[in-house]
Amino acid sequence: MKHRLQFTGKKLVRMALLLLGVSLVTFLLMCASPLDPLQTNVGQVALGSMSPEQVERLEAYWGVDTPPLQRYLGWLGSVLHGDFGTSLLYRQPVLDVIGQRLSNSFLLLAAAWVISGILGLILGVTAGAFRGKLPDKLIRGYCLLISSTPAFWLAILLLLVFSVWLGWLPVGLSVPAGVAADAVTFADRFRHAILPALTLSITGVANIALHTREKMVDALESDYVLFARARGESNASIVLRHGLRNVSLPAITLQFASISEIIGGSVLVEQVFSYPGLGQAAVDAGLGSDLPLLLGITVITSAIVFAGNLIADLLYGVVDPKIRRGAARE
Amino acid sequence: MEPILEIRHMSVFFTQYERGIRKRILPVIRDLTLSVEAGEIVAVVGASGSGKSLLAHGILGILPYNSHMEGTIRYAGESLTPERSAKLRGKEIALIPQGVTYLDPLMKVGDQLRKGNRSEAVRSRIRRALERYGLGAETEALYPFELSGGMARRVLIASAVAEDPRLIIADEPTPGLDARAAERILGHFRELADEGSGVLFITHDLELALTVADRVAVFYAGETIEEASAEDFKEPERLRHPFTKALWRAMPEHGFKPISGAQPYPGAVLAGCPFAGQCSDCLPECKTAEEIPLREIRGGRVRCLHPYGERKKEETI
Repeated sequence: MKHRLQFTGKKLVRMALLLLGVSLVTFLLMCASPLDPLQTNVGQVALGSMSPEQVERLEAYWGVDTPPLQRYLGWLGSVLHGDFGTSLLYRQPVLDVIGQRLSNSFLLLAAAWVISGILGLILGVTAGAFRGKLPDKLIRGYCLLISSTPAFWLAILLLLVFSVWLGWLPVGLSVPAGVAADAVTFADRFRHAILPALTLSITGVANIALHTREKMVDALESDYVLFARARGESNASIVLRHGLRNVSLPAITLQFASISEIIGGSVLVEQVFSYPGLGQAAVDAGLGSDLPLLLGITVITSAIVFAGNLIADLLYGVVDPKIRRGAARE
Repeated sequence: MEPILEIRHMSVFFTQYERGIRKRILPVIRDLTLSVEAGEIVAVVGASGSGKSLLAHGILGILPYNSHMEGTIRYAGESLTPERSAKLRGKEIALIPQGVTYLDPLMKVGDQLRKGNRSEAVRSRIRRALERYGLGAETEALYPFELSGGMARRVLIASAVAEDPRLIIADEPTPGLDARAAERILGHFRELADEGSGVLFITHDLELALTVADRVAVFYAGETIEEASAEDFKEPERLRHPFTKALWRAMPEHGFKPISGAQPYPGAVLAGCPFAGQCSDCLPECKTAEEIPLREIRGGRVRCLHPYGERKKEETI
């Protein structure tokens, strides 16, 4: 137990350093951005008609007149006090915006994560078990095709087929347009999440399936599978009892590592579907020079990704008997 | 009495692709003939890479997908077809593999030996088999990484014995064990043979093989070049093939003389005797002969154009 606490402690320190680094890089990128916050957000014409005092106040609002170092340290100082600042675009506390957007995206991200994980595992195990035969060729072909397809293009394609031609599903947004917020049902939200979630799942599956297939092939070529075969175990028993068991450990790592890909993918996909989620907010913040919001989103999503990897590491300790029993013996 | 296992003219080929295009068929075992009687231990001795393990896999019908087998294998008087070996392996025909890597690292020993069958009958059979080799019930709850080398070896033997097999194929079951532990393991094989099973003992260690085997088949570059009784090795002039002689002379107590050169890779020798390159008595026809048949001499068999014994006769004439 002491060992595991130590392990978790070390990981948390690394997480703090990582978040610091990520926020710094985001800040520097933002500083290097050629976009002038005033021109983008207020507009050239409006700016021209303003008095110098007004322009000055706007510059102060967008932080243009503050030296970068001072701006970053100021942000860092308040974050350490738990204050992520106020979004310049939404004029709401950053954490409120993120909370609201994340709750919109959550359904989408969770569905895509679970579907791509389960489907990827099933496809990967099947392909590995039928190595070199038709099911393997079909699955591998599909995975390679999907891996080389950009997610946003696939999103447009699905939109075209299911929303425009067939008219089965809504074209965009997370709720029907023109309906009062409290009149929106779960079914409405669900219908709007289907296409974006599907896009994310389809692209996520390929990676997981291909990796799982490799692990399955490794397992089936191992000595212990040879011996299981020599002992008269059937192919089904070998795949289910030995293959699946030995694929489970790498599958856990893959599954939690894929969180980052799902979040990354959601930025593009939400943009295509005009889905008001975290990904879209990130794009808005980036293009609109909303520094507090962008930093907040980056830090929070990095923390989620890191937490995912941490969970995978900790689950290893539960699933892998070498770590579990090794730690118990100490 | 009919031998429990009779292999005649068995060949194993691998299909390979050279540079991804040209298909090449590589013979790894060529024209192997061997028999094992019930109650007998037959050792197959050969250097690593001589195709010994494939012999075991061929009998069990678990050769890799890119290989195929020719010749006939008869088990207990009947032809051992792939369907029949699939039915018999793990029951009447048991494999004892090299070591702990042949156990699933993520499955407890007990679950593994039971093969997913939870019935009380199987449980008690496994428990008895483990007990026979001094392994208590607590062994069943261990994972392979928690076993010592010797324990793992005993678990593997128990896995075979639990099935009450008539033919046991032990593939290098002793590497990494010290002489005393290895002898103890071989003692278990003797015991099983004395109970009526046939044992095929595959090893690279001639010295070890001679401590327990009744007969020894010497394997060289995928061929059996000699089949001799263990007795023959006590009087070296009874040995038939130059390679067997050289092996005998390489044993520490017989001079420790190394054999110069190396065994050719499978498929490298197309005509003549594969040992020609290392043989001290090689004659011109040894390199050109289309086929060198396996001949019976003095109750054993040899694949040589001029085996010792015959050669002596020629010399005395």
